[in-house]
Amino acid sequence: MDKNNQAQHLKREILVRTIEAFLSDNYPENTRLIAYDMRPQGCEVPYRCCIHKERDVIQHRIIANLGLSMEEIDERKLLSDYAKKALERTEPEKDVLTVLETACQACVPSRMFVTDLCQGCVARPCVESCKFGAISIQNGRSVIDGSKCKNCTKCMQVCPYHAIVKIVVPCEDACPVGAITKDEGGHATIDFDKCITCGKCVAACPFGAIHEKSQIIDILKKMQEGKKVIAMIAPSIAGQLPCSIYQLHTALLKSGFSEVVEVAQGADITATNEAKEFKERMEKGDKFMTTSCCAGYNNLIEQHLPEIKPFVSSTKTPLYYTAELVKKDNPEAITVFLSPCVAKRRECLDNPNIDYLLSYEEMGALFIAKKIEVSTLDPTPFKVEASREGRNFGLLGGVAKSVEVADAGQTEIKPHIINGLNKQSIRELRGYAKKGECEMGNLVEVMCCEGGCIGGNCCVNSVKTASKAITEFTKDCKPLKEPPTK
Amino acid sequence: MSKIEVKICMGTTCFVMGASHLQELVEILPAKYPDTVDVMGVPCLDLCSNESKYTNAPYVKINDEIISDATTEKVLKHIERLLEDGQE
Repeated sequence: MDKNNQAQHLKREILVRTIEAFLSDNYPENTRLIAYDMRPQGCEVPYRCCIHKERDVIQHRIIANLGLSMEEIDERKLLSDYAKKALERTEPEKDVLTVLETACQACVPSRMFVTDLCQGCVARPCVESCKFGAISIQNGRSVIDGSKCKNCTKCMQVCPYHAIVKIVVPCEDACPVGAITKDEGGHATIDFDKCITCGKCVAACPFGAIHEKSQIIDILKKMQEGKKVIAMIAPSIAGQLPCSIYQLHTALLKSGFSEVVEVAQGADITATNEAKEFKERMEKGDKFMTTSCCAGYNNLIEQHLPEIKPFVSSTKTPLYYTAELVKKDNPEAITVFLSPCVAKRRECLDNPNIDYLLSYEEMGALFIAKKIEVSTLDPTPFKVEASREGRNFGLLGGVAKSVEVADAGQTEIKPHIINGLNKQSIRELRGYAKKGECEMGNLVEVMCCEGGCIGGNCCVNSVKTASKAITEFTKDCKPLKEPPTK
Repeated sequence: MSKIEVKICMGTTCFVMGASHLQELVEILPAKYPDTVDVMGVPCLDLCSNESKYTNAPYVKINDEIISDATTEKVLKHIERLLEDGQE
């Protein structure tokens, strides 16, 4: 599904309105009124069965924007009370996602289905191809016995009439680790012991029923209290808006941050350490090493793939090093990571040096609410300017490339890129761990999102244009290390 | 007949609300209509500044007409209609 769809548009509009309400003179009441302003009496009902359901779904989205769990909501309370409640908490809630049950369609369970296109042919390849004996012919038509069918899709592939389809549940289908199941009512529920917070379900649901629990209210509150709030911007941010990274720097200062630091600075440390570690491991006789900067991958390792641990770099993430530096210099400050993805939410919760996370989508909404026109702003340079390689970390292959540059030709490096975690690539990784080697290369860069960080599910720009913008920007930046003189 | 002028608003609001994906028009249109259509990304057209007008962003201006809630398909359809009308 194209990322730029109406569910996404609606989500962003509600985000802007939530921020506007917070910045207004009556935050709780104006928050309550958002749904009525968006769907006033007598207006057209664009998506749901009636205006009341439209408003209800909008209100539940606001609850997620307030950073609260739908699972703990008492429907009898007013939304204005929840707006106030969001101000009371001192730290963000755990479990970064929440399912909006009202928005969830409770899709029919995933299964194989014979449509009316079935001609009851003589060849009957479906019956022949089914290894589980689940297909029989009744009244001249194929019928699938659900108790025997394993959803292998073999019958679907062999039917000459394309008469057999697989009914999919988009969120379940997108989840690479089987963390989404249905409750008794057929609604999606997330098993957080399995969930690696990759956010693929958020992007996949056509009803927009899975939502991140935003921390935007917490961040705005800190700004309002006059705290020093420091933005740590991920490298992938450079291609997100129609402006230079230096104009974006100005925009963030205008929107309430006291200081802006590039996480690409930490990426330089990651690249240097990882190159050193890679060299040591290869000299020791290891066959391969995987990168360790992707939060979704790190969650996968912990929860589902512990056998690959001996091959994973022990180098910390760029965000880790950056946050460490920032907190050391500013122990009293509030640190906010500006993130392309959902997965980093867990990393931020687990790292005491990082207080909050603001996604690119939320940042965009903040600029809209504050009427900041990025392209008209003057540029502001950074105190520390990161290297070309650090700034390229968000591109697919950027991490492996930076390790190569940092290694400066000392070790033979053959990179292999895992472009997106899904059931197949996870199987592939499991295979490497089992064999202790990867025939495709010795430096395995693992990216949870297709396209690398610029393909993250909170990104605003398309992968293609973002990649072009970053490459254009970084080509004249200083290299991490001068190439070796031959 | 003068060329049809397509201006994609690249203001912050339009960009965040979906114009980021309209950028593909900059490649699609010249390839499809090399002689009849001019396309460009332009700074904020200032259509979103009124109260809540961001609801209908992104905006695209085709000649003097404004397309709200613009999508690639919507823009292409509009151009086709203009070209058909022009031929009559």
